[in-house]
Order: sequence, then C-alpha cells, then structure tokens
Amino acid sequence: MTLLQVNHLIVEFPNRHGKLRALDDISFEIAPGEILGVVGESGAGKSLTGAAIVGLLDSPGQIAGGQILLEGQRIDNLPYEQMRHLRGRKIGAIFQDPLTSLNPLYTIGRQLIETIQTHLPVSDKEARARAIALLQDTGIPAAEQRLEHYPHQFSGGMRQRVVIALALAAEPKLIVADEPTTALDVSIQAQIITLLKTICKQRGAAVMLITHDMGVIAETCDRVAVMYAGRIVEMGPVHEVIHHPAHPYTAGLMAAIPDITADHERLHQIDGAMPRLNAIPTGCAFNPRCSQKFARCSTDRPDLMSAGVTLAACWLHASNGHVA
Amino acid sequence: MNALVQARDLAMTFDVSAPWLNRVMEGKPRQLLHAVDGVSFEIEKGKTLALVGESGCGKSTVARLLVGLYEPARGSLMFDNQDVHAVYKTSESTRLRRRIQMIFQDPYASLNPRWRVEDIVGEPLKEHGLISDAALLRERVAGLLQSVGLSALDGPKYPHQFSGGQRQRISIARALATGPEFLVCDEPTSALDVSVQAQVLNIMKDLQSTLGLTYLFISHNLAVVRHMSDQVGVMYLGRLVELADKQTLFAHPCHPYTRMLMDAIPKLHDTGRARTPVQGEVPNPLNPPSGCAFNPRCPLANDRCRSERPLLREVEGGRVACHAVQEGRV
Repeated sequence: MTLLQVNHLIVEFPNRHGKLRALDDISFEIAPGEILGVVGESGAGKSLTGAAIVGLLDSPGQIAGGQILLEGQRIDNLPYEQMRHLRGRKIGAIFQDPLTSLNPLYTIGRQLIETIQTHLPVSDKEARARAIALLQDTGIPAAEQRLEHYPHQFSGGMRQRVVIALALAAEPKLIVADEPTTALDVSIQAQIITLLKTICKQRGAAVMLITHDMGVIAETCDRVAVMYAGRIVEMGPVHEVIHHPAHPYTAGLMAAIPDITADHERLHQIDGAMPRLNAIPTGCAFNPRCSQKFARCSTDRPDLMSAGVTLAACWLHASNGHVA
Repeated sequence: MNALVQARDLAMTFDVSAPWLNRVMEGKPRQLLHAVDGVSFEIEKGKTLALVGESGCGKSTVARLLVGLYEPARGSLMFDNQDVHAVYKTSESTRLRRRIQMIFQDPYASLNPRWRVEDIVGEPLKEHGLISDAALLRERVAGLLQSVGLSALDGPKYPHQFSGGQRQRISIARALATGPEFLVCDEPTSALDVSVQAQVLNIMKDLQSTLGLTYLFISHNLAVVRHMSDQVGVMYLGRLVELADKQTLFAHPCHPYTRMLMDAIPKLHDTGRARTPVQGEVPNPLNPPSGCAFNPRCPLANDRCRSERPLLREVEGGRVACHAVQEGRV
C-alpha cells in the first residue's frame, strides 16, 4: 500500500502567450516510512512538485492534469478549507528558510500549541506538554523555557529544529521537506539531517526530501528521483543512481560534483544550461547538451523505462525493455 | 623567493556598541566585535590560497581587507613588497588597485541591472584610464568576453538576459579587465548549480594557468576548495586554526575543527551511513569562549584549552593552533 501516489501530474502557468508547462507528466510514489529524495538544478521543478503536493501552488500556477493520491484519496482537487485541514494533519511541510516559516510576532510556544490544537482535540495543558515533548525530541535544550522565546532568539539551526517540531506537531504521515538544510552551515546541516532521519523513522513518517545537494541525498534517502526541465529523468535506489547512473544527465551531474576524497585536474562539465520553459527542445529535453544523442532523441520524447535496477527516461535503454 | 601576498597579524574590529545616548543613559558598555583577529598567511605568485569556514568566521572580512574595502585595525598586508594599506592612501593607489581585483558571491547583486554588459566590463578600463578610444575599448571588451567563454555579441545585452553562471562569467571578465595579478574570489560559485559551478571553476583554472593569476579563494565548500587550491586555511571565529598544503590537509587534517568539518560533509560514497554529528554551534563572536574558541565543541578539550589561547605553530606540512595537537593528545 503506497502512502502517496502521484500520477501523470502536469502543472502549468498560463500567461499572455499561452501556457508554460513547468511540470510535465510526473509520476512517482512513496511508501509509508520511506525517504524519497528529489534532486535537480534550479528550475528543474523540484520545489513545484512539493508545492503541488501540499496544495500551495502560487497563482497563476495550476494543476492541469494528473492526480495526487494520499492513502488512496485524491487530494489535488480538494476545496481550500479541506486541504487546509489536511495540511499539517496528514502532510507536514518544512521549508528552506526557517526564519520566514515562523511568525516573528508570536512565541514559538504559542505557534506550536496553536498548531497542535488546530489539528488535535486536546486541552491547553495537554497541548503545552506535547509542545515541550516535541521540542525535546528535536533536541532543543531547556525546552520549557524556550517555549516563551520568539523566533529571533533562536540560532538558524535551532530555528530549523523548531520548524521540524511544528511540522511533526500533529503526527503527519508524510513530510515534504524543501531544501531543509540549504541555509545552514555544514556542521549544523549534519545535525539537522540526522535529526530528520531518526525522528521520521521513530514516528514512521515518510519524507519527500527536496534538495540540490547529492551528498545529502546519498546519506539520507532510500530512493531518489532526478529531475530535469520539469520531468523525472531517472528514478531508483540511491546507491544505484549515484554509482551506476543510467541517464546521461545524471552521469554528467555526478561527474560535475567536486570530489573531496580525490584530486582532479578538471571537472567534468555539461556545456550549456537547462532550457527555459518557453524553449524546451522537442524530443528529449536534454538532447542539445547530451554527448550520446542520436537521431531519435531529437524527435521522440522518452518516458521512464527500465534501465537495469533504475528507471531512466532515455532512448539508450529502449532495447532493454518496455516503457514503464 | 618572496611571496606575492603577505598578511601579517591582520585584524579587523567592528564597533557594535549601542548608540551614544543609550550608553550614557543606560550605562551600556562599548562593544567591539573582533571579526578577524590576527590572521597571517603568504600566497606565492601563481598559486591559490583557499580560506574555508562556517558563516561568521571572518572569511569575507579578510577578502575585503585584502582589496582595501576595509582598513585593518592591526597588522599589515604586503603586496609585491609594498604595504597595501599605506599605498592606498597615496596617489599611487589606482596603480595598485589595478593589480588587485575581486569577484563577488552573488552575480545577481554585483552587476548593475541598468547597464549593458559592454559598459560593465568596460568600466574598469575607462575608470583606470587604460583605454580611451571607443573602437579599441569595444575590441578589448569583446576579447575579455571571449576569454570567459561568452560571445562578443553579448556586449549590448543587459544582465537579466543571462543565467547565473553566465553572469558570474561577466563578473570574472570585469575583474580581468585591468589585467590584475591577484584576484580575491569571495564564494564565486556558491550561488550556482553544480553543473554550472563546474563550468565556472574550469574557466577560473584555465585563466590561472594562461595568465599566471594568483587567487585568494573563499568558500565554505571543502570539495570545491580541494579542487581549486594549493594551500588551505581553515578559519574559526576570526582566527586561522589550521594552515597547510592541500595534500597534507586533506590526507591528515590535524585540528579537531578541520576534522569535524570534513566529517560533517555528506559524501556520495557512503550511502545510508549513520553518523554522530558534532554537537553545539558556533559561539557568539561578541562573547567568545576563553582559551581556544573551539573548546566548548571539542572532544579533546581540557583545562588548558579552556584557559589558554593556542597559537598557530609549525607542525609537519603546515601550521596548527591546537594544544591537543602540540601535546600529542590526538
């Protein structure tokens, strides 16, 4: 039984000249307790995928096709009020910048207690006790005193712990974490990743972890989806995707990351840049930058197909099997 | 041979006291923030020194001291055997400034959005009075754009027409306009995606080998530092805690902070590895701990570390400021 299922999701932004398709035919699923990484460069559509799932697409963006199912129920077409109730209760969200995710005018205790009481029928006293327990679980020292503090009195790492506590307040089944460690220093990043991983495992929550950092994905996730120009180009177990990438884009991306354990004279570079949404090439979107392209790449668009252990959207693997 | 750049005991203090009236009425004390507190290093011609550290450790302040955006509170900076900050006050300053240029972190903020690329890249040439003829200027700008992998036809465009990586190339072309020998690069690729970062780092390396440039390269990313540098300095709370050759540092990191940094970086090779991250955070620089600034987070700290500040001392292959290393407790 899958927890989250995304089927052929399409997100479009209408403008004067027509429609820009920002997400094109995205399909994936997340099992209960699983950590799925979503990786890609800026503009690939990672955050948009997360926003579509939590129902926070910014206007004029809209879901133009496909379905999002949570525990078998469609959630992409829910009215605003119902979605608002679901968010927090069933799906928690963690965003990149912990300072803008918290209200600077309220103490964090008030924000936590309000969140708990919105979703769960508990008394003031119980809610307070829960809030303290949540702060302790996320590793905040002197939790009881800290309830009375305002967000500006916390450091960046501590603030992100508060945001994680908020996301977990109503014990959601799924956490969508959008670049949760990007604004933090490496030593703090290591603490937050470890926390996120252990606390979600304890509570059995599934995580969709959106990041541009392959290292974070490698250490945290069970499976990974690589996105390029609004589509998933490769998906599979983390170890396989990192060590035996099947899609030329994934391979190029991995080779472009400077290696801390070895010296190289030059870094591998993928020439060019990701196409703009209004100028996505026909066929495979990656074909103008691909070193292994052939005739079919510039005419037909590949869907995810079996490429050994992983799935890759690349015609190089067309002979290996059927389209998934 | 003498090093091209020599910094001796550089220090920078910021006055962050409450306003005068509050100090008088409420008896609040003066407060000084020691952003950089006694940093010394040398960079030889054609080499790269990288500075790494977490936010607030003083990396960028060092960069700004080097290009003369700040005047040091203490210490001296020698460039090609001239005292930089003394020269900056004389009429010779433009000649020196021509030889030292800077590349900034954010290519979205460091280019004027209302200027055409040819004006941005050509400005240093006009400002320093190097070229006055319009046709020659256009030719030189075209050459500079081509040297960073852009086209001469990009000159009449505006910065918003370029992606982040291309903008950073424009910044590099601007920095190269005066024909500098020393480039101070403050996190030049932190705002870029990895595939674009690879393009920019490759260009910077190519330019270094063709033009014989000397770099001070500031980054918080140890992998990028390993790729770019010859020597690495690790900073913590305004001080250098370790300074060593790249090979030595990455093969045998000595200082507990350096080791912690290296361990904290998520690596591609060990998928699913469980680990125990170092606890605690960087202390408030207004109220640094006594003794070694790293002692509250250090697994090797003892009473001496809590009371006596360690000095940067020679060890095999580099310099380390740590009592534990010097006493052989590691």
